[in-house]
Amino acid sequence: MTHIYVTDVSKAYKIYQKKTDRLIEWLVPMIKRRHKQKWILKNINFKINEGEAVGIIGVNGAGKSTLLKLITGTARATTGTIDISGRVAAMLELGMGFHSDFTGRQNVYMSGQLLGYTIEQLNVLMPEIESFAEIGDYIDQPVRVYSSGMQVRLAFSVATAIRPDILIIDEALSVGDAYFQHKSFERIREFRRKGTTLLLVSHDKQAIQSICDRAILLSKGEVAMEGEPELVMDYYNALLADKEKKSIKINNADGKKATLSGTGEARISRLGLYNVESVSIENVQVGQVITLKVAIEIEQPIEELVVGYAIKDRLGQPVFGTNTHHLKRVLNNLPAGKILEYNFEFPANLGVGSYSIAVALHSSDTHVARNYEWRDLALVFTVINPSKQPFIGVSWMPPTLEIKE
Amino acid sequence: MIMVDVPDMLKAIYHYRGFIISSIKRDFQSRYQTSMLGALWLVLQPLAMILVYTLVFSQVMKARMPDNTGSFAYSIYLCSGVLTWGLFTEILDKSQGVFINNANLIKKINFPKICLPIIVIASAVLNFLIIFSLFIIFLIFTGNFPGWLILSMIPVVFIQIAFAAGLGMIFGVMNVFFRDVGQFVGVLLQFWFWFTPIVYVLNSLPQWAHKILMYNPLARIMQAYQGIFAYHKMPDWISLMPVVGLAIVFCIYGFVLFRRHAAEMVDEL
Repeated sequence: MTHIYVTDVSKAYKIYQKKTDRLIEWLVPMIKRRHKQKWILKNINFKINEGEAVGIIGVNGAGKSTLLKLITGTARATTGTIDISGRVAAMLELGMGFHSDFTGRQNVYMSGQLLGYTIEQLNVLMPEIESFAEIGDYIDQPVRVYSSGMQVRLAFSVATAIRPDILIIDEALSVGDAYFQHKSFERIREFRRKGTTLLLVSHDKQAIQSICDRAILLSKGEVAMEGEPELVMDYYNALLADKEKKSIKINNADGKKATLSGTGEARISRLGLYNVESVSIENVQVGQVITLKVAIEIEQPIEELVVGYAIKDRLGQPVFGTNTHHLKRVLNNLPAGKILEYNFEFPANLGVGSYSIAVALHSSDTHVARNYEWRDLALVFTVINPSKQPFIGVSWMPPTLEIKE
Repeated sequence: MIMVDVPDMLKAIYHYRGFIISSIKRDFQSRYQTSMLGALWLVLQPLAMILVYTLVFSQVMKARMPDNTGSFAYSIYLCSGVLTWGLFTEILDKSQGVFINNANLIKKINFPKICLPIIVIASAVLNFLIIFSLFIIFLIFTGNFPGWLILSMIPVVFIQIAFAAGLGMIFGVMNVFFRDVGQFVGVLLQFWFWFTPIVYVLNSLPQWAHKILMYNPLARIMQAYQGIFAYHKMPDWISLMPVVGLAIVFCIYGFVLFRRHAAEMVDEL
């Protein structure tokens, strides 16, 4: 039974004030510790069962890579236990510990053997590895002449040459170009279908949301949140947006959890979706003209106000988003107590399905700069197709057809 | 994987034998494949050294072997020392950097790290065997082959390898945490070479210096080799016993040090 059980895992690095302190510790028996411990990971607990796909997210320095190193066994936890069963293939950081003077082919054999393949197996696998990496004649060149993308291509091809029980990938894939990313994700999906357990570290929201069943957010060496990828990603974005961490709440709206954050200098007082007769609606027809009304109260004087919204599909992928900065309608120097109403009117050229709208009040063109209020899943609506021709996809772009004979 | 017992470690080494063998091959290839003269360098380097010493010491400085007058006597004496000293320095010098130089691998792939020193020792021995067989061919052609006596060199080589491997492991582990060790080994080897009777003959030194030099374990080992090849006489096994003891102590201490700090190493690399 394949699994990864991480129980009460903590990791500390030893910090010595002076280099000689370590020497003294080594040479003098029974002496008291002369180093400080710097805790990188604190009390990490989670379980990953067979066939699950889990994404780990977090800002740089949150401890993601350290955690993966502990799980793959290259580094050892200071306390706690990691119980892992199944054949693991891991791609940590760039490359696979390739040796720069050896050719790609030699490195494939070397890494392959370390991954537990035999020479005979590698002889058989080699053509497949070569063709998947698509690096052409470079396979017989020393790795030092490779681009980082080529190294990743080769490393990924080796690591996934035989389907592992557990596949662990650390950001590395983001180095490859779009083509190879597609190709590698296709392979990962295929492994998933066949039952491989996946552990993925990534900043790529789409990757996490489309592949993973679950996400774990690491923050300052601790598990800050664990749950549905979309929810965790939203919380993570809120965390990024709101560095002071003033108010991050998770609200229940329409039975779905939503994330709310911000400094509160401006507030969304009312929010709704209306048809052209100003009737509030939840079901929208394909192509129907609708209005997103956002009522805002200014709580404290602010210099600049930008209102933005994004429509996301069921998987949380943004379908369309814009804001008043891009629409060139930024309002300046707003006094406290002012009440505003924004009406965004647009045709709902969307495919059938469930959509959500996220709304944000902030200054300048991104919500990271100064975030007054930011609501994910602020509204949820359903697009239905009672009148148009059937079609697939999230957007409605009706063609005109001409057939020449 | 790291704090395993010795049988488990041996099992792990056996399991990774494919990696070890290919690494030795690759090490050998990379050393000679990229250069035009290839494996010839393996011979040219010590040959140049022997030539220089032979010229300087036996011709220019008129040093003579006090108790052997054969035409190749000094060259044979020199070779038996220089070549075996080469094995010693190669093991020691590569062992001290073995973990640092493979940091890239250690950080990214989980495998028994004990494989790395094994690769170092094995490829050093391989190089030694090649060059030493050339020396033996030379001995046969010049009629200086010691005959069956040559078998007595096998235990001496083993003692020397154990001594170098143990010391190398100690330096290798320490070097990860105290990078001064690497520099120190370079300096140490310089002094050690000249405090070992390789180029000069021990008996040509005054008695007091002779006594001091016998505290140098390598002097005893060299004496054994030189005895076999230059004088065709059996090594003095009793005089080698303290070296055996020291080699065992180094090996055990090196191994303990490795086991105690192997896990921590990754954090420092």
